[in-house]
Amino acid sequence: MRFHFKTSYDHDIRLFPDWWNFSAYGALLLAMVSLPLLLDSFFLSEVTNVMIWAVAGLGLMLLTGQTGQISLGHSAFMALGCYTCAILMNAGVPFLLAFPLAGIITGVVGALIAVPALRLHGVYLAIATLALAIITEDIIVILRQWTGGVNGMLAPDIVLFGVEVNRYVNPEYWYYMVLAIVIIVTLIYRNLLRSPLGRAFAAVRDSEVSAQAMGINVARTKTIAFGLSCAITGLGGALMGLFAGAFNNETFTFLIAIQLLMMIVVGGMGFIHGAFLGAIVIAFLPQGLSIVTDSFRWMSVPGLEFGVFGAILIFFIVFEPMGLYGRWLKIRTWFELFPFARRDMFRRQKSYLKTERVR
Amino acid sequence: MEFMQLLISGLANGCVYGLIALGFVLIYKATEAVNFAQGDFMMLGAFVMVGLVNPHFLGINFWLAVPLALLIMGALGYLLDITILRSLFGQNQVAIVILTIALGFVIRFVTGVIFGHEPMNLHSPLALGDVRAFGVVISMADLAVIIVTVILTIMLWQFFQRTRLGLAMQAASQNQMAAYYMGIPVKRVQGAVWALAAVVACVAGILYGSKGSLDISAGFIGIKAFAAAVIGGFGSLPGALMGGLIVGVIEPFASRYLPAGYGQLAPYVLLILVLVFRPHGLFAQVRTKKV
Repeated sequence: MRFHFKTSYDHDIRLFPDWWNFSAYGALLLAMVSLPLLLDSFFLSEVTNVMIWAVAGLGLMLLTGQTGQISLGHSAFMALGCYTCAILMNAGVPFLLAFPLAGIITGVVGALIAVPALRLHGVYLAIATLALAIITEDIIVILRQWTGGVNGMLAPDIVLFGVEVNRYVNPEYWYYMVLAIVIIVTLIYRNLLRSPLGRAFAAVRDSEVSAQAMGINVARTKTIAFGLSCAITGLGGALMGLFAGAFNNETFTFLIAIQLLMMIVVGGMGFIHGAFLGAIVIAFLPQGLSIVTDSFRWMSVPGLEFGVFGAILIFFIVFEPMGLYGRWLKIRTWFELFPFARRDMFRRQKSYLKTERVR
Repeated sequence: MEFMQLLISGLANGCVYGLIALGFVLIYKATEAVNFAQGDFMMLGAFVMVGLVNPHFLGINFWLAVPLALLIMGALGYLLDITILRSLFGQNQVAIVILTIALGFVIRFVTGVIFGHEPMNLHSPLALGDVRAFGVVISMADLAVIIVTVILTIMLWQFFQRTRLGLAMQAASQNQMAAYYMGIPVKRVQGAVWALAAVVACVAGILYGSKGSLDISAGFIGIKAFAAAVIGGFGSLPGALMGGLIVGVIEPFASRYLPAGYGQLAPYVLLILVLVFRPHGLFAQVRTKKV
């Protein structure tokens, strides 16, 4: 057990609580940087895929995990980010500018959409965003003049500092590009949580009424959360589309949004680590399943993938509501406190639901 | 006459949406949760009926099979509640929303494994014959859907307003702890409402199966039923039916009179408009909570 003796207020909001923690993340960074030396191009692109999912998942995590608003429509914002980035790049804007711009535009549109959605909470927001995800597919077809409709679009070539980044020619460049983006997004996210805004998010998540009583503008906080969440998810969507090479109206269906949601639940709601752990599960599950069904023919049933997704999700919500990262926390605490860990330390508090309705 | 024809077919479709929406509202009224798997419950109910009635499965007489299917689905709803949903008792809505989405995936997968992915037809006596009146052709199935839906809505509405169990359900949703103090067995009441919602879904499934072919993606019309429930106002049973009818009627007219590609947007655009201007539905029951 490591003890933190706090001698100044800065200790509470430090990026890394101690040297041990700092060196652990330093080692992780070193491992990630040296990964292209160890893996062949297939596994490298798998890892790239995991990181892209993680970026999109971080976006949703900001909304659902930190602010407590549920969205089933983040696939719409992934599509928006992807198409915006591709259209800007086709118009001659360099990638280095087009990519953040795509995020900003998605964020602004997301915040605008959030303004009416704010008046809703919980289930209503989920349904409104689900509707948004469903009409996105049709809107892309209607706007075929720009989006290419059913025929889709080919991802334009990415040129970074005079070097062409191509997934097939130089996968390690793609990997490093995504790694850099992931680190930047994670740092922004982490810093956001340390800021007053991040604290306001948590307050709104835990109780809107109390947050309001503490002087937080709930509507404004939710709008900002929605906008930022959409911006990050849009970046993830842009990466996903560019990585896939081609995309059309059926690339970002509402099933993608539901997969995102599954991802953050399985990974661990409200933890940055959760988005990454969930991304690993989401990205490798289809591969793992196809390996299993190759050796056991009788298991290859159509629709197996989503059936297994659903079963895993039910398992996690019922037995491990804090997700994979929560499991890791429990194991770590057990070892840190050994032999004083008690079984009920992470027990869900008994709670009773009260209605928001009057009648 | 085209107008009347579109109206009738819209109404019949709308009734199916309304029936699924009734399921949402039932569960929302009694547990404050929303069952995103309600559409898949409907699909499962229809397939249970197919399994009982169709000649190459069990081949039981249709009218004998109806109560049997309702019973099976009711039992299934109750079992789901005591095995899975009860462990989330009292937790917030987000967890239950995600759980029911996952449940929908599993139901769709299991049904696909048992019944296959080919479209099927339910051998239903309702599917035969038309009625011609005032120059419009109404199929028997459409007529049956409309009549059954209206009767069922009125029954459920009265059930909630008048019976002890219905009132207990409402109380359990408004304040679980207070309901406990008043001697209501809250958990059992919730089990009962899940069973009831599954039975309503089964009725919807049987009617939907009588109207046309069925496959395992039929559950996705649950999304339109959401639109219906929201437009009507979650928590109001007649509202759910009205919402269903509005969505059902708008659909054929939008696809007939709007340019191609815009028609299927209509229900969702209406949904978003309602959420913006009357966030709690046309028959609202919700107020913002005050401290």
